[in-house]
Amino acid sequence: MTSFTPQTKHLRPDILERATNIIGLYPHRRSALIPICHLAQEQDGWLTPEAIADIAALVDVTEAEVLGTATFYEMLHTEPVGRYLISICTNIACMLRGAYELMDHAEERLGVRAGGTTSDQMFTLEDAECIADCGRAPCLAVNYRFFGDVSSESFDALVERLSSGELDDEVPPHGTLSRVARKGGLQVDAETVSRERSQFARAAQERARASEAADPGGNERKQKSS
Amino acid sequence: MTVTDGPRILTSRFGHPDSYTLARYLETGGYEGLRKALGMTPEAITAEVDAASLLGRGGAGFPAGRKWSMLRKGPLPYLTVNADESEPATFKDHMLLERDPHQLIEGAVIAAYALQVERVFIYIRGEFALAIERMEKALDEAYGHRAVGRDIFGSGFSVDIVIHPGAGAYICGEETALLESLEGKRGFPRIKPPYFPAAIGLYGEPTVVNNVETLSNLPWIITNGASAWTALGAGRSTGMRLFALAGHVRNPGVYELEMVKTTFRDLIYAPVLGGGILGGRELKAIIPGGVSAPWIGPQDLDVPLGQDEVAAKDTMLGSGSIVAMDETTCVVRAAWRITRFFWRESCGQCTPCREGSGWLEKILLRIEQGAGRENDLDLLMDACDNISPGIVWPPAQTTICVLGPSIPSAIASGIRMFRDEFLVHIKDGRCPHA
Repeated sequence: MTSFTPQTKHLRPDILERATNIIGLYPHRRSALIPICHLAQEQDGWLTPEAIADIAALVDVTEAEVLGTATFYEMLHTEPVGRYLISICTNIACMLRGAYELMDHAEERLGVRAGGTTSDQMFTLEDAECIADCGRAPCLAVNYRFFGDVSSESFDALVERLSSGELDDEVPPHGTLSRVARKGGLQVDAETVSRERSQFARAAQERARASEAADPGGNERKQKSS
Repeated sequence: MTVTDGPRILTSRFGHPDSYTLARYLETGGYEGLRKALGMTPEAITAEVDAASLLGRGGAGFPAGRKWSMLRKGPLPYLTVNADESEPATFKDHMLLERDPHQLIEGAVIAAYALQVERVFIYIRGEFALAIERMEKALDEAYGHRAVGRDIFGSGFSVDIVIHPGAGAYICGEETALLESLEGKRGFPRIKPPYFPAAIGLYGEPTVVNNVETLSNLPWIITNGASAWTALGAGRSTGMRLFALAGHVRNPGVYELEMVKTTFRDLIYAPVLGGGILGGRELKAIIPGGVSAPWIGPQDLDVPLGQDEVAAKDTMLGSGSIVAMDETTCVVRAAWRITRFFWRESCGQCTPCREGSGWLEKILLRIEQGAGRENDLDLLMDACDNISPGIVWPPAQTTICVLGPSIPSAIASGIRMFRDEFLVHIKDGRCPHA
């Protein structure tokens, strides 16, 4: 891996540094593809063609492979998304508690249908599958930050608070998944692992020998049966 | 009724607002199980987990100890934690990740030590942003506490943990799809055989994949011993289990209950649990183990919440999610919404699943919207039969993974239990509940 120097043109230096750290966590670069797609979305709000080219270079696959992988996943957007992605869950648990009525209201309030983005690029509305907050159904997520027991009134209030910037601390702009980055890289090198594991293996062998010596009959029976 | 008798194992810290911090974790006995484990031999830990008969909590209910012993002896490269909880109405791992991340880390390190694993990957559902942040923070604290990393608690055992976010795909909860995704690819399930993770898993190496709740139980089991665990529950269903209750109940939520000792009636109606059906209405049907499970009715309320007890009703406890639907529920609409989910989430590799789910969704939608045709019920059952021949339980499989055979459950249950309601939709051209 020492001679591998990917050519990138678009991703910011701080994003590239984090991407490099992430690549170091895996035995194969390609495993970092999805985590780096999230980082690219943190920079641009969505996965731009320029970012895809950089990611391809970073994980050493073709751009088509990055695009083909990214489009499989719901959270990776190859077209622009509003600053706030509102995902209203309409799956069974939320449907039973009024999710579609909430969706109707949201479409009216925002003036877009599910899947659409408001003309000021502030909100994208999405009809989502279960987001696992069913104890507070109907629920929704804004940029994957969860809000439960949502009524028409609380939806309107939420939109107001998002528009005014009141929730900026709680809800980062679309694309920022985790605001906590891993601090260090891996601690355990291959040499340590191989030394420790062979020590454990030797100890296990010794224990097996000791129990064999203590119970030779048991061992004999085992050999006969096998 | 023993709804509150069992100990709180997994949820013991949920009441504390700082339950996710190392400080709270250490104050409440945290990492003591790991310290004890590191003083035992790896074989002894596997034997203890085997003796506990801990059934995997991801959905399939496979015994964790047996899963571990299927692997080759000696060091293993990878343990993978399945934290991709996406089965509709299942929200228990989500709570464990957000509220007690250290418990999962401790359980994962115990498992890693038992299996002599070099690196642990925790694959977390991408949508769980807060859980990812809390896990990263907790992991950082755990490294600092020397509970993860080099020479853990001076034991001569080292292991790294990596937190890996997914990006939104139900199918990645299927273990082979999860491994594909972890390798940076589309979440396409692999065909078994030969791709059983225990034989050919992550990067082609033997790999264990364990669920969040399964591993989160390990600190308690090691601290208190397998016999304390098997003293809870009955038969094959030992210990406590998290049940995610949703739908038309007064108090939906995650409840930790002793296996087998609690019934569906207790869970739905006990004042300290579900609190009964909303508005005092009548219960119509129950989805007992995630939307892949066939439904049961009010006549089955006294079935105990145990793996074999629920299986005896030709369904499953699955992911531990229970949805109550009341008398106002349109079953056609419920079946349609569940089918729509499978249609959206089918990975597209296998024809019966990819095409079948789409056709089923369209037929159900037209029935629900009043445009159903006379032979639509036969057509639905025929399409279901093409996906899973015989429409039996456990289902037959024509596809690479079990997503396909999960599709007929809701439809077949709906038609079996409420055939007249389907027919009224078709004959009257409208929904009687609308």
